[in-house]
Amino acid sequence: MADKYQVIIVGAGLAGSAAAFKLAQAGLEVVLIERGQYPGSKNLSGGILYGGILNELIPAFWEEAPVERSITKNIVTFLTEQDSFSIETHNNRFSAPPYNGFSVLRGKFDRWLAEKAEEEGAMLVPGICIDGLVKENGKVIGVKADDEEMLADVVIAADGVNSFLAREAGLYKDLHKQDVAVGIKELIELPAGTIEDRFNLTGKEGTAYGIIGYATAGQAGGAFLYTNKESISVGLVIHLDDLLKGKRKAYDILEDFLEHPRIAPLVRGGKATEYGAHLVQEAGYDNLSRLYDHHLLVVGEAAGLLANNGLVIRGMDLAIGSGMLAAEAVLQAFDRNDFSADALSSYQKAMEQSFILKDMKTYSKAPGFMKGHRLYQQYPDMVTGLMEKIYAQDCSPKENIYKIALNQMKESQISLLNLAGDGRKGLFWL
Amino acid sequence: MNRSSIQEKVGINKYEIDEGNSHIHIDQEKCANCVEKSCLYICPAGVYSERNGDIIPEFAACLECGTCRVACANEGLTWFYPRGSFGIIYRQG
Ligand SMILES: Cc1cc2nc3c(=O)[nH]c(=O)nc-3n(C[C@H](O)[C@H](O)[C@H](O)COP(=O)(O)OP(=O)(O)OC[C@H]3O[C@@H](n4cnc5c(N)ncnc54)[C@H](O)[C@@H]3O)c2cc1C
Repeated sequence: MADKYQVIIVGAGLAGSAAAFKLAQAGLEVVLIERGQYPGSKNLSGGILYGGILNELIPAFWEEAPVERSITKNIVTFLTEQDSFSIETHNNRFSAPPYNGFSVLRGKFDRWLAEKAEEEGAMLVPGICIDGLVKENGKVIGVKADDEEMLADVVIAADGVNSFLAREAGLYKDLHKQDVAVGIKELIELPAGTIEDRFNLTGKEGTAYGIIGYATAGQAGGAFLYTNKESISVGLVIHLDDLLKGKRKAYDILEDFLEHPRIAPLVRGGKATEYGAHLVQEAGYDNLSRLYDHHLLVVGEAAGLLANNGLVIRGMDLAIGSGMLAAEAVLQAFDRNDFSADALSSYQKAMEQSFILKDMKTYSKAPGFMKGHRLYQQYPDMVTGLMEKIYAQDCSPKENIYKIALNQMKESQISLLNLAGDGRKGLFWL
Repeated sequence: MNRSSIQEKVGINKYEIDEGNSHIHIDQEKCANCVEKSCLYICPAGVYSERNGDIIPEFAACLECGTCRVACANEGLTWFYPRGSFGIIYRQG
């Protein structure tokens, strides 16, 4: 006879561990299964964790969690092949509790959150890869690994972007090239003092760059550069369909980016210590599917949850939030001893009322906007060209800024109509 | 920082290799007829190469992102995760 539990969660990423934490805290018998040697060993983000929702689950988590730096400086940079244009903001409010976003490294952070779930009584089983669902009369009753079955009243699929489980359950269609972006990242070690001097930081503060343009060789997507305590996370996120069209290797584009005159000084003298890759959900709100079935809930990126407006990419907080709401729905189901799809649909309703699906809806047109190619070539070209013309003093008579701007737009092949249209979309869709 | 090759990049990573047990399977017949052969350039770990017309996956270097599976145009490639606890081990992530 296969062992039977109250709840089985597949995947000890942030979504899975958040759900496990809440369920175990309420006294349920929860098994948390992870294919990696330890939670986090398969996971990769940029990553800035927006901490609001985790603060609800574990108040003042930053006092004990392995966070790197609290992000107080956000820099947006447009890159051309040689030049750049940046906008920097420093928000002092973000330097004190409850903070806003922290740079995190998932190999450490996910391990910590899974341990917190264990402390609450969840049973963590690492090193087991679940091969599929166990069904009876078309309904999910458990999971299997190497032909060994484990049964449960409720299964939570928290298995990330590739989610073989959500697909096997028939809730999600298979991923297509237009649904995902490819994320690659290099970790570059530098002494804490160097990072603080170089990025003009004090103490535990950190900087996050969002970089658009030449960074992705003109393809839809962006680059990021985040400061950790003693390292820098730097990488690219490029839409897969564009990457396929361009036929350039992502790691070659990353190498070009690291040699760019704006970027090279930021990583100078650093030592690369890890290189990783991970897919990012880009299907967006319009392609979300049902998040539940009989005895089954889907959370985190497995459920397609990700909000990306080009400058801010959020998956971790949505993952944690969805795990928490799934746990609440499961607790209600246990109260009524009813695990039907109908009973579990309260999860979907709660999600729709939460910031999670509301934010995804707000950004539902962002993926389309982000594929507008003017953003990656013409606009970076326009702003850097404009600035160059304003600052360059080369003994030729100057024109006023309005004329310079009009000429520059012509040079960058942007019409007033383009500008008005893109500006309007940018303002409303991002 | 000096430019590094993809071999150098994955070379600094930690892996637990499931010797002789590839989690990537290639249907050479299907792949021989594939015009795109996107696996050869799309894999962020440079796992795939072509030798004498065959697609050779260097599975030990796989970062387990799943890009190849989504990109593959002709279903010549079967990709699932390595057995539990094997494969890439991100220390930082
Ligand atoms: C390059 C990059 C940059 C990003 N930057 C940010 C950022 O700055 N901020 C942000 O909020 N988000 C960011 N994201 C998105 C974020 O990383 C994800 O949205 C988030 O990790 C999703 O969490 P999850 O728990 O749903 O899934 P995951 O973190 O993918 O966790 C899934 C877990 O399930 C396990 N698993 C999968 N299948 C099985 C199986 N069959 N059996 C057992 N275990 C299994 C995996 O090993 C893993 O531990 C970024 C992503 C990338 C790739």
